[in-house]
Amino acid sequence: MIVAVASGKGGTGKTSIACALTQSAGGEVCLLDCDVDEPNAHILLRPNISHTFPANILLPCVDDKQCDGCGECARVCQYHALTVLGGRPVLFDHLCHSCGGCALACPRHAISETAKAIGKINVGAVGDIRFISGELDVGEAMCPPIIRQVRAQANGCRNVVIDSPPGTSCPMVTAVRGSDFCILVTEPTPFGLHDLTLAVDVVRRLGMPFGVVINIADIGDDGVERYCRDQRIEILARIPYDRAVAEAYSRGRSIVEAKPEYRTVFAGLFQEIGSRVRRAS
Amino acid sequence: MKIAVSAMGGSMSALVSEQFGRCAYLLIVDSENMEFEPVSNPAAGMSGGAGPEAVRLIAAKGAEVVLTGRVGPNAENALKAAGIRAVVGISGSKTVRQAVEEHLKASIR
Repeated sequence: MIVAVASGKGGTGKTSIACALTQSAGGEVCLLDCDVDEPNAHILLRPNISHTFPANILLPCVDDKQCDGCGECARVCQYHALTVLGGRPVLFDHLCHSCGGCALACPRHAISETAKAIGKINVGAVGDIRFISGELDVGEAMCPPIIRQVRAQANGCRNVVIDSPPGTSCPMVTAVRGSDFCILVTEPTPFGLHDLTLAVDVVRRLGMPFGVVINIADIGDDGVERYCRDQRIEILARIPYDRAVAEAYSRGRSIVEAKPEYRTVFAGLFQEIGSRVRRAS
Repeated sequence: MKIAVSAMGGSMSALVSEQFGRCAYLLIVDSENMEFEPVSNPAAGMSGGAGPEAVRLIAAKGAEVVLTGRVGPNAENALKAAGIRAVVGISGSKTVRQAVEEHLKASIR
C-alpha cells in the first residue's frame, strides 16, 4: 500500500504526520521524502544513510558534424528548449523535460542523449523503516524527474509512506499520483482552508481516495470543518495543539517520540486506510 | 544596420518595453533611413522559452543590436549564440524613436 501525505499549504505538518505514521505503522515501512527542494524528514527519523547516488536527467547533445541546422528538433520541442540560432540548435537546458523527442525527430540522427546530474538520492534505514530521500541541487529547476527516481527506489516495498512537497503543481502531482490513498494535512485557518481546497481539486482530478487530517485542530476557526462537511470529505484525525509536541519538534523529535500514546492513533489510522484500500481493490 | 527594440506598441512613438522576451511588440528599425517593421511578439504569451524565441525572431529579421530594459539569462545566451549585441537599461519612459536616436548618437561618439 502506498499512502501519500500532501497538503497544499506548506508548514501544516506533512512531514510530522508522515514520520509519525511511518514510525507507528509496524513492520517494514518505506518513507519517501519527495520534498526534494527542501527534504527534512531525515531530521525526525535520523536514518543511517547507507548510500547516495546522483539523480540524472537526459539532455540532448547535438553532433555538429552531423547537424545541418534544419530545425526539426526545435520544431518538435514542446518546451522550447531548443532554438536554432546562427544555423545551429542551441539548448536551454533548464527548459528541457528530457522527453527525447528531438533525438527521435532529427532526420540526420545528429542528436544523442547524455546524462546530467541534477541532484542526489539518499538511501538508508532506521530500525524496520527504509528511508529514501531526493535532493535537488541548488539552481536546478525540475523536481519531477528526481521525485520519480525516489519513488522508483520503493518498488517492491509492501508499505510506503510518501512525504509530498507542498503546493498543487507538478512536484506535488508527481509525488502523489499512483498512490493508493492520499492524506491531506491542513490547519484550521483561512490559509489552511484556502490551500486545502486547491489540493482537494487535484486529488479529485487524479481520481484518488483521500481524507483530511487537521493538525493543531483546537485553535483557529471552523472553516475547514464546515468545508469538509459540505464537500462530504472525511476527517480522518484531529491532532490537537500540544505544547509538548511543539517543544519536541523544536528539538527535531517526532510526535510519537514526544507522546508515545499517539502511536496507537497513527497505527489505527494506517490500518484503517489499509482496510479501505483493500476493500476498494 | 537593423536595430531591434522591445516596445509596448507597434510604432516609433510607442514606449520602450523594459522586458525583452515577453514584450508586446518588437520593432525592427533600419538605422540608415529610420524605416521600421513592427512585429507582434508571438513569444509574449509562451509558458517558457520566450527569451530564445524572441531572439530567434529578431535574428531572422536581421537585427544586429537590440535595445531593451533587461534580458533574462536564457535570452542572454540566445543573443550570444545569434551574435546579436544587447544594449540594456533603456527606460520605459522613452519612445522607440528616442531610444534609437540616442543609441545612434552614442555610437557615433
